[in-house]
Amino acid sequence: MTHLPVLPILIPALAGFALLLLQRASLPLQRGVSLIAAVLGLVVAVWAVTSAVETGPLVYELGSWPAPFGIVLVLDQLSALMVLLTAILSVTALTAASLRGDAAGRVFHALFQFQLMGIQGAFLTGDIFNLFVFFEILLIASYGLLLHGQGAPRMRAGIKYVVVNLTGSALFLVAVALLYGATGTLNMADIALALENLDPADRGLVQASALLFLVVFGTKAALLPVMFWLPDAYSAAPAPVASLFAIMTKIGVYAILRVYTLCFAPLGDDAGAFIAPWLLGAALLTLAVGMIGVLASRRLRQLVAYMTIASVGTMLIPVAMFTQQGVAAALYYLVHSTLTVAALFLLAEPISRGRHGSDDHLEPGPALASGNTLGLWFMALAVAAAGVPPLSGFLGKAMILRESAGHDMAAWIWAVILVTSLLAVVSFSRAGSVLFWKVDQNTAPGARVTGSELAPVATLGGLIVALTVFAAPVQDYTRSTAAALIAPQSYIDAVVDYGVEGRADAIHQSETPTGH
Amino acid sequence: MEFLIATGIGAMTAAGIYLMLRRRTFPVILGLSLLSYAVNLFLVSSGRIAINQPPVIQAGVSEYTDPLPQALVLTAIVIGFAMTAFVLVLAVKARTETGSDDVDGGA
Repeated sequence: MTHLPVLPILIPALAGFALLLLQRASLPLQRGVSLIAAVLGLVVAVWAVTSAVETGPLVYELGSWPAPFGIVLVLDQLSALMVLLTAILSVTALTAASLRGDAAGRVFHALFQFQLMGIQGAFLTGDIFNLFVFFEILLIASYGLLLHGQGAPRMRAGIKYVVVNLTGSALFLVAVALLYGATGTLNMADIALALENLDPADRGLVQASALLFLVVFGTKAALLPVMFWLPDAYSAAPAPVASLFAIMTKIGVYAILRVYTLCFAPLGDDAGAFIAPWLLGAALLTLAVGMIGVLASRRLRQLVAYMTIASVGTMLIPVAMFTQQGVAAALYYLVHSTLTVAALFLLAEPISRGRHGSDDHLEPGPALASGNTLGLWFMALAVAAAGVPPLSGFLGKAMILRESAGHDMAAWIWAVILVTSLLAVVSFSRAGSVLFWKVDQNTAPGARVTGSELAPVATLGGLIVALTVFAAPVQDYTRSTAAALIAPQSYIDAVVDYGVEGRADAIHQSETPTGH
Repeated sequence: MEFLIATGIGAMTAAGIYLMLRRRTFPVILGLSLLSYAVNLFLVSSGRIAINQPPVIQAGVSEYTDPLPQALVLTAIVIGFAMTAFVLVLAVKARTETGSDDVDGGA
């Protein structure tokens, strides 16, 4: 048994504990340990992607207890993709934090590593209660990171963020309890098998559980109407933290994809069919409201935060079709939007610092000393985010439009996506012209931005270009990932094996009188 | 017994949600605690209500209670306890920083 699936969790866990011991050590030492762990994580993530492609789903039995009795980690193509994306963001966010911003509190690096551990664990686990536990790990680390450096606006945003997420956790437990009560198992692949022979009397309970999961994961993903916690929290967070948080909404998207294509697939004729109308409606409204928020934003960070909400709406529209092509397009857009939003949050920091008093308010302020460099980066990222040719945002949106052409709601989908793209172009042009051109000549320009400070933004920018140039291989990967999601038999076979007699007989033979 | 547990869960959920919708942080935290008690009870009852029965296989016993929800609820209690402690500290800190115990941090 290869230990690969547990490594993305173990590396940040060990680094996190080491950093707790080192919290009184010098900052360069902490940065070194943290960065080495992040780079190691990136190497492992690349390895994970290649082995997931070559060998199919890899199952890791923790404590060597076979599923469904023990907790398993499952590394399939979807998990590997998400793990790689997280690893990339962790390296760029840590570099940005090491250049500026990690000195405000002693435990920044330890919290950062625990946050990574929670995120990677959530992507890798094959057990639904374990998913809850990893959610809690990443949330409690994110509370610490969000409040890092303190100050009244962060406290204000923090209270709401924590209360909303605690409520979400309570609903998560209710959903898990309903599902366990009906199926008697927590392993996601085993739940799928149990639901195939579901007692019709329990069907209502399971559907209630499925809809509750949509509320829970919708809260994480920032779907309308449970997305109002996000703009304050993300715009108050320090830049490197906000840039790592770009992956946090995608954990909700990942969980929606995983749970409805795997666990609840036996409920409908198609994967997720009974959840699809709810999800599609919520996604369309999220995109529309998110983009109105972008248009109405009066600060740059707020604008990027609303852009995060809009992008979640965009990628959940094709997810709600639950077809192979739709999910493949959604995954491509997911990679693109995560990189873009992360880069925009990192870029907002030097812009607001260069405008001293005006900060990132979208109003005329002092000239930026490095205005041309920053302006060009802003323009490039705005092009990517708005979905204008030639960058990957355009390709992603084109794929989504093409895959939705045959859908019943195609007219609505096309109208919402195209109109919101126009709104994005308007908002970004207005923000850019105010920030870089409407200069108040009476004030002295701010500090220059050095090239090294922009290195993390440049790295993410390079990846966006690579995502555009190598769109075909990436699309091949997302297509085979989507195929495995829509027909999850290979995943289920890899995790649980009841032999030829099937689950019902195997359970019957080994039945202990537990009252089920 | 079922009636008692079901009403208990319902009453605590209702009170919890009412308190969570209040404006000041302290009632909100009380509401969160009540909601998490309700959820914990619900989680235990997902293994069916079996009274005075052993969770581990023993000789000569034919009726058992399901041990898994008990393990789950233990995890949920620990996490809920840590989160409540954290949100209390956060509320006190926010009170001193913003000068208000309003959840919106206003005057």
